[in-house]
Amino acid sequence: MSSPSPASAAAAGKTVLVLGATSAIANAFARQRAAAGGRLVLVGRQQGRLDGIAADLTARGAAAVATLATDLADMDEAEPRFADMVARLGPPDEVLLAYGVLGEQAAAQDSADETRRLIDVNFTSAALWLQLAAKHLVADGRPRTLVVIGSVAGDRGRQSNYVYGAAKAGLDAFAEGLAHRLHRTNVRVVTVKPGFVDTPMTAHLDRSGPLWAKPEAIAGAIDRAVSKGQRIVYAPWFWRPVMTAVRFAPRPLFYKTKL
Amino acid sequence: MIDPAGTATTSWGRVSRARSRVAEPAHLDDLARAVRAGDAPVLAHGMGRSYGDVCLNGGGHLLRTGRLDRIVAADWSTGVVRAEAGLTIGGLLSVCVPRGWFVPVTPGTKFVTLGGAVANDVHGKNHHGMGTFGCHVRALGLLRSDGETVEVGPEERPHLFAATVGGLGLTGVIAWVEIQLQPVRSSDFKAQTLRLQDLDGFFRAAEDSQDWPYTVAWVDCLAAGRRLGRGLFNRGRHAPDGPLLPHADRARLKVPRDAPSALLGPLTVRLFNAAYSRQPAGGEPARVPYGKFLYPLDGITDWNRLYGGRGFFQHQSVVPTAAAPRALQKLLELTSSEGQGSFLVVLKMFGPRPSPGILSFPREGATFALDLPNRGPDTLRLLHRMAEVVLAAGGRLYPAKDATMTAEQFRAGFPRWREVESYRDPALSSDFWRRVTGDPA
Ligand SMILES: Cc1cc2nc3c(=O)[nH]c(=O)nc-3n(C[C@H](O)[C@H](O)[C@H](O)COP(=O)(O)OP(=O)(O)OC[C@H]3O[C@@H](n4cnc5c(N)ncnc54)[C@H](O)[C@@H]3O)c2cc1C
Repeated sequence: MSSPSPASAAAAGKTVLVLGATSAIANAFARQRAAAGGRLVLVGRQQGRLDGIAADLTARGAAAVATLATDLADMDEAEPRFADMVARLGPPDEVLLAYGVLGEQAAAQDSADETRRLIDVNFTSAALWLQLAAKHLVADGRPRTLVVIGSVAGDRGRQSNYVYGAAKAGLDAFAEGLAHRLHRTNVRVVTVKPGFVDTPMTAHLDRSGPLWAKPEAIAGAIDRAVSKGQRIVYAPWFWRPVMTAVRFAPRPLFYKTKL
Repeated sequence: MIDPAGTATTSWGRVSRARSRVAEPAHLDDLARAVRAGDAPVLAHGMGRSYGDVCLNGGGHLLRTGRLDRIVAADWSTGVVRAEAGLTIGGLLSVCVPRGWFVPVTPGTKFVTLGGAVANDVHGKNHHGMGTFGCHVRALGLLRSDGETVEVGPEERPHLFAATVGGLGLTGVIAWVEIQLQPVRSSDFKAQTLRLQDLDGFFRAAEDSQDWPYTVAWVDCLAAGRRLGRGLFNRGRHAPDGPLLPHADRARLKVPRDAPSALLGPLTVRLFNAAYSRQPAGGEPARVPYGKFLYPLDGITDWNRLYGGRGFFQHQSVVPTAAAPRALQKLLELTSSEGQGSFLVVLKMFGPRPSPGILSFPREGATFALDLPNRGPDTLRLLHRMAEVVLAAGGRLYPAKDATMTAEQFRAGFPRWREVESYRDPALSSDFWRRVTGDPA
């Protein structure tokens, strides 16, 4: 855990902006960066929780930790808020976009508000923050990375969670386009697609099967993807073949499943 | 989806199991909320490394603490660390070892939480010098079901502290623990192995090894007659210089599913036999990483499955020094004559440092531990006879390892148990507590 990988060793002294710092994956990733002596800026909704995470990262070796309590889904004044952040803390070397809500498909089916909430949090606000981050990060030409947590759920719409899946699919396409646009700059866009991850977000599900991964494993995959400059990573890796099969399953067959 | 009636949880020995509603709070404010919810009894559950039922709460709520693993504050110049109760000893070591600090006391696995280490007041191979884990706790935060969070320590509310250390999770849910680490100059140990010819040899080796901070003996309890007590005596100390490397995170091996118990002998016996025949004994102390010296079994994930689907019991007891030679001999005779399979006994002398908890298990004397595969009534009978030997010698059984002791045996071993009962948070209970106190709740 604390023995830094070669990649995170290179991250010593780098500044990482974590959007959604209380998420389990973000927390695990921030710990890796802290152990390597990174500087962290934690953004999340609850100041008390951010303080707890900041203390932990400091004890684990972070060179500096700053916190900012704000609701990322609330886009009013996003532009000045981001500009202010950059002005105060400097442009981050890495941005990890890690917040999101799983919601409940059944509730969304019955409620336009819930459908809108899932799309707004998981897609609209995320896309806008990425847009802002890109604008600030290309300016000085230095190498920087934008990491977006997507989901295998975005690879094909499925009856059991197509609202969340569609938002993540939108984010996926957005990140792809952004990567294309930034191709000639020094800014890289990495999309990480986790499968089932053992986090508070999934605490209500049965997590005993072999497909479940720990947040630490996803954090390790992010670290490797950043250091290797990969554009899209499935985490753990076996989701790539699994999702290829799901994507290309013929419709008559696919519709018979309960997926 | 989870069955609303609860999730089945087993403890390490896999004999005890219970269905409870399980919650896994991710932040201390969630934990506080969960402790207050109260239609059925609540119990905290760490890594479930207790063998029996102290960490189970059938029909009630179980609060898993694994996500509460943050360091609250660390002063790396003094080695004082305060951390959430779900941080494991292994998780702490991976942060503190590179900075030249080590946990003061550790059990034989690093997969235990700080909360679990306090609640069972665990001991390690260095008990003769360092006492129990609780001796190094400076303060802890206790969440009570009335919504209060109280800070307790050796000076701050000392009685509640004494009821909480070794208090089996019953006085409140521990939110955080502050401990004093010990400084080390290397992550390596200097370790040496001596051969023991018999039980006398063990007592002599323990006497001669007083200035070795860590000692433990492994005894082959198939050996009978004159060779009763034949074994290996391990002793070690932190190396005076060397690298400061944390343990590797990945286990080397994993036991995928229940092993057919007829096929695989108990793992510890295999390790022992391998060690016994190959280990050079008595030579110069060898340099080994701390993980290898302190946690020989941690390299194999889920080794408890090697005992098969019926699980296994552990007996661990302590008897006062004066009674130890007779009592250990009787225990060894019992187990070697039983012929239920191949066993391995762990022996160690506990030192004089008083344990801070009212229900702390360690006291000065000799401790005896062994795993017994569950073979039904025969095993239960053997466990019962061993308990009788221990109690007759003025000793007691270790609740953390126990799945069978009777209410009478518990009360005889821990005559002050009612003090803990008087400090018990009314919302908290466990299968163990109901079993040994006869409390139906
Ligand atoms: C391989 C192995 C070797 C071992 N070696 C030793 C040894 O050398 N010495 C020794 O003493 N023990 C030893 N043990 C036993 C182990 O150290 C104890 O059972 C320990 O308490 C387990 O910690 P846990 O976090 O798994 O707690 P659990 O087993 O989950 O719970 C133990 C108790 O702690 C309580 N608890 C847990 N967290 C909290 C909390 N936050 N607040 C309040 N109560 C809480 C539970 O309610 C329960 O009563 C060993 C166990 C194994 C599997």
